[in-house]
Amino acid sequence: MSAGGKLLILGGIALALLGMLYGLHYAVFVEHQTLDGMGGSLTTAFVQAADRDWKTSESALLAYRGTKYDYVRQVDLHSHWIGLAMLMIVLGVVFDEVTFGKRVRFAIALAMLVGSVMFPLGVILQTVRMAPLGSSLAIAGSALVIVALGATAVGFMRGPAS
Amino acid sequence: MLVFGGIALIAAGMLFGDIFAVFVLHQNGGTTGRALLRAANAVAAQDSSEVKAAFAQMGTLLEDRGTKVDAHVHMIDAGYLALLLALVQPYVALSASSKKLLANLFLTGGLLLPVGIFLIHYVGLAYSPFPVIGWASVLADSAGALLIMVLLVEGWGFWKCLRDPRACPVEPELPKERTWERRVLLSGGTMLVLLGFIYGAWYAALNLYEHESREIVILKNILDQTSGRDRVAASVNAYGLLQAEKAVQIAAHSHIIEFGLLAILLSFIQPFILLGQKWRRRWVIILLAGSVILPIFVLLELKVGLVAGGIADVGGLLVIVALVGMLVGILRYTGHLDVDAEAGAMR
Repeated sequence: MSAGGKLLILGGIALALLGMLYGLHYAVFVEHQTLDGMGGSLTTAFVQAADRDWKTSESALLAYRGTKYDYVRQVDLHSHWIGLAMLMIVLGVVFDEVTFGKRVRFAIALAMLVGSVMFPLGVILQTVRMAPLGSSLAIAGSALVIVALGATAVGFMRGPAS
Repeated sequence: MLVFGGIALIAAGMLFGDIFAVFVLHQNGGTTGRALLRAANAVAAQDSSEVKAAFAQMGTLLEDRGTKVDAHVHMIDAGYLALLLALVQPYVALSASSKKLLANLFLTGGLLLPVGIFLIHYVGLAYSPFPVIGWASVLADSAGALLIMVLLVEGWGFWKCLRDPRACPVEPELPKERTWERRVLLSGGTMLVLLGFIYGAWYAALNLYEHESREIVILKNILDQTSGRDRVAASVNAYGLLQAEKAVQIAAHSHIIEFGLLAILLSFIQPFILLGQKWRRRWVIILLAGSVILPIFVLLELKVGLVAGGIADVGGLLVIVALVGMLVGILRYTGHLDVDAEAGAMR
């Protein structure tokens, strides 16, 4: 197995573990409370509107918006890390069939690993008041993954492996 | 064991998803919309207890939908991971009995995780000593922990094999013939994943924030009682449409990527499919056709309506049929590679 393949498999297993540990931590300590908070805020917004307390209603609606913003990104981090990890492991097993030289293959694998770590990490940084840095990381990470995947697809389509 | 268990989990997860899409998804969406309208009308009537009742109903409906989606996703993902583990077994430096035990534990965890998630809605907090976590959640979380433990041990075995190749078990690697089926599945699968990523990036750049803002604007319109009953009803309708818009876009993104991964994984097991070349190619074409049809028609569902939804379901069914067809081929294989390896060892 080439160095690129090993990098993808080991990196993929590490990323899958990271994603699962995060998911387990999130499910046990955060998710239920977040969902309760989200539902509670929206309910409060409607209940206060029924009581004609518009100020409290609006602030509850804003709280709902904030909680949901975080929730969507926290769940995205979990699912994208594990999804990308699985993709890396799968491609790692068959990476020797990508018809490029060893160095190019290793560069593609490295780009995929770095992008797969960076992109969901950027998404979660958006929830901790680091939105500009988070967005930059997410964009750069997803671009790396897309370029690496495009190169891999071309490598598979070309003739037999060198 | 991991190959069979993995494909069975994927097929079962997809079948569950198709059944859910046909019999639960739209009905659940309609009922949730009516519950939101009930809450909006209660706001107009200044009846806060009715608002709470409507939201309690919505919470139940969302939990019902969410746990079923999660059960579907987690069952398929556990199947993917099982197939992945099967592929890396020749590189895992552990004894055969340990590998068998790990495979058993993984498949048990892969089955119990979605079952636990599915039961969350029905078991609730009955007899639970915890304030917000019920027994079904405990089952799901324990199954998740089991999967993590197995992955850790497998990762350790893989690391041992990489550090000292002599520690690797003598196992036949999967044949790597570059057949038409393998090449089409590999390149087609990678292209599907790539398309899914590009679509996801486009969605995140153009739609994600706009959807989040629009949701708040619509909710404010619903709460704005000066706009009149008809406007409130229209806003509730707009809210439902927004949720549908988000759901189909996310579903298209995730399904096309998952089908791409599945195609790549299935390329590895093509040598184990004991069918004529014609049938092997047919299953490959049917699988890839279904993998394209489902996400495209899921996206068209909002423009074309339920006809597109029906075609998307047929796409999902095509993938399941192709999967079962390949599984039949694997069943017919009857261990030819193992027999060859044993005969080679005896010589």
